[in-house]
Amino acid sequence: MWGIMRQRAVDGGLAASSLRRTRSALVSARSYAAGSKEMTVRDALNSAIDEEMSADPKVFVMGEEVGQYQGAYKITKGLLEKYGPERVYDTPITEAGFTGIGVGAAYAGLKPVVEFMTFNFSMQAIDHIINSAAKSNYMSAGQINVPIVFRGPNGAAAGVGAQHSQCYAAWYASVPGLKVLAPYSAEDARGLLKAAIRDPDPVVFLENELLYGESFPISEEALDSSFCLPIGKAKIEREGKDVTIVTFSKMVGFALKAAEKLAEEGISAEVINLRSIRPLDRATINASVRKTSRLVTVEEGFPQHGVCAEICASVVEESFSYLDAPVERIAGADVPMPYAANLERLALPQVEDIVRAAKRACYRSK
Amino acid sequence: MAILFARSRNLVSILRQNLGLSTILTRRDFSPRPFVFTASQLYSTAFVGPVSSHRHESTAAEIHPGFVQQSDEEDVQELEFPGGKIGYTSEMKFIPESSSRRIPCYRVLNEDGQIIPDSVFIPVSEKLAVRMYEQMATLQVMDHIFYEAQRQGRISFYLTSVGEEAINIASAAALSPDDVVLPQYREPGVLLWRGFTLEEFANQCFGNRADYGKGRQMPIHYGSNRHNYFTISSPIATQLPQAAGVGYSLKMEKKNACAVTFIGDGGTSEGDFHAGLNFAAVMEAPVVFICRNNGWAISTHISEQFRSDGIVVKGQAYGIRSIRVDGNDALAVYSAVRSAREMAVTEQRPVLIEAMTYRVGHHSTSDDSTKYREADEIQYWKMSRNPVNRFRKWVEDNGWWSEDDESKLRSNTRKQLLQAIQAAEKWEKQPLTELFNDVYDVKPKNLEEQEIGLKELVEKQPQDYPPGFHV
Repeated sequence: MWGIMRQRAVDGGLAASSLRRTRSALVSARSYAAGSKEMTVRDALNSAIDEEMSADPKVFVMGEEVGQYQGAYKITKGLLEKYGPERVYDTPITEAGFTGIGVGAAYAGLKPVVEFMTFNFSMQAIDHIINSAAKSNYMSAGQINVPIVFRGPNGAAAGVGAQHSQCYAAWYASVPGLKVLAPYSAEDARGLLKAAIRDPDPVVFLENELLYGESFPISEEALDSSFCLPIGKAKIEREGKDVTIVTFSKMVGFALKAAEKLAEEGISAEVINLRSIRPLDRATINASVRKTSRLVTVEEGFPQHGVCAEICASVVEESFSYLDAPVERIAGADVPMPYAANLERLALPQVEDIVRAAKRACYRSK
Repeated sequence: MAILFARSRNLVSILRQNLGLSTILTRRDFSPRPFVFTASQLYSTAFVGPVSSHRHESTAAEIHPGFVQQSDEEDVQELEFPGGKIGYTSEMKFIPESSSRRIPCYRVLNEDGQIIPDSVFIPVSEKLAVRMYEQMATLQVMDHIFYEAQRQGRISFYLTSVGEEAINIASAAALSPDDVVLPQYREPGVLLWRGFTLEEFANQCFGNRADYGKGRQMPIHYGSNRHNYFTISSPIATQLPQAAGVGYSLKMEKKNACAVTFIGDGGTSEGDFHAGLNFAAVMEAPVVFICRNNGWAISTHISEQFRSDGIVVKGQAYGIRSIRVDGNDALAVYSAVRSAREMAVTEQRPVLIEAMTYRVGHHSTSDDSTKYREADEIQYWKMSRNPVNRFRKWVEDNGWWSEDDESKLRSNTRKQLLQAIQAAEKWEKQPLTELFNDVYDVKPKNLEEQEIGLKELVEKQPQDYPPGFHV
């Protein structure tokens, strides 16, 4: 793990120091409070779950290793000691089983937070997520609502191969009845997870393993236990006027890096952090594109039928006459994720890919 | 686990004295015998204990001077393993794949509707018995008429419960209205018992304006919050782990109620059956699992579904108390479900009931079962092993029901159903707004926009929409 982090620092990847450089340049563009307290995404998620469990006795956590092991990625650390085994439930290994049980508990009025060790394993439970949770309110004509949250790491990690690296944002975001959220920063993690737990509909909460250890500045407001972010609103992470870059999760960090590089070449990029994949904040995206006239969308997942495809379609449908260049999609390679580090790097979007796409949109390169 | 074994030493001596059962706990003889539990003294004394979960007790082996222990019973040597002590033997003996004798089924009434001498059962009052019979007969008439309606093209689909009326009604009668029911799809009788009217059934089948399901679901996918009966969901066996979750929720809220869920013989092949039962046992959730073993899963006969002795033997594999009952015997089903329900709630544990029966009807209106089974077989069960006739004989022999009552009930119910269908057919369908409601708790902007857009389109281009189509 550390070897990979070092390699990423060399590549100009997500090392904390370069991130802090980015941050200080952008403080003025953001709504963070002046005194910079920092928090990792992991702690943000942990504190969000803790506060929601404390506020509402119906909230409980279930999943593999969430209790005694303190969480496979330590997101649920300390919760077992605080709330006991009935509210922090270690499940046997059956995603289909415990997802069904979580949905049943939600039917009966509890508010489960179901953890998948990664969303790859959610495929073994996807019938319960879609047919038992997402569609229930509609099929029962409002009699059965399912206030459940499905959370866990999504997308590529580092060197974990094809069955542990797929991004499920497009799959879940295509289903009516689900809400799909993807946080980036610690503030996103806290605000969106709290909103998800409080929401009466089923929510798929897509985290990112490589972001868990990332530190972000966090405002006093975000640390308050009543803090909550609205579902369905994207955030403009960096304002710009030449090209709009839309993305979510880890790729937001890459997009911000790309924006720095583009700024050096005189291109002012606006970076939008979706935060919410379903509902998609088409208004913010289109308003931005109408301002900049150019669109670059980025995602880690497979290109066909991806989140980027939906964003491009939305912009072409609603803002066609504002576009000065064809829309650009940057996505993962159309292959199952290879294991070897060099191949893995080639299979995922990198900062340079985003920079090149933005320049193409600005007719500054081929 | 260690604690359970300690208790069982007392249990073993009780068992040996009173019932002569052998156990696999301390004897070296591994030949399996039927492990039959009766809803009686044994468990109310031997296993009452704290309702808390054993989950967080250490599974580490207790510290002993040596790892081989002498038990204080016979001269059996035991080994420590995670999960507790296990006796060992130097005889290599495989547990046979099947027992020499199948688990017997619990039965109270014989085929002529007479109580079998020395039966153990929970008595049923005249009022209850008559109501049960009336509902069984009503279910029969309802099934017949809705089936015909589908054949006439008035509804698109129907699924009958012919042959399983005793399971439907007697199980419902044995439950409390607070018990939460998660059905498969062949249990409309449970909803009927709880008060869903024939008109409400008809409205659901026609998906009209009065349908509580707002026309969202195909026929027979009933559901009603008011009656604690979950909306039927097509994927098979998903209700089993959900029931464990509902049971867990009832347990956490300390309610005097249990979850009751139904499954067919075919549904037990689903992965969710394993997860649901295993979890309910580990979580110590108050769930009653009722398996309707009716011999057929569409065209798959049970001999092609599993090689075990039915479903009842699977209960023990999960640590779940189980019973096999004659599903066509209303009194036996009533007693078994009533006892199971009490056990589930007072002892906070799951219970499994396998109700043996026969699916007299086709799987659904999309099926013609004469294509894969003998018409003689169907006739035999319909005429000679009919649960409704059997219970009727008992009720009549008690002087609680007459030929006159019978013809009145049948003709009144038939009339009521025909009227319900005619009315339901004429009722207008749901308005267009219901297309977009209930996807989420609060309608999102994109759906609001789509609804406005569609309304405007219908108003602008009425010729493209059927006459009488309203928004």
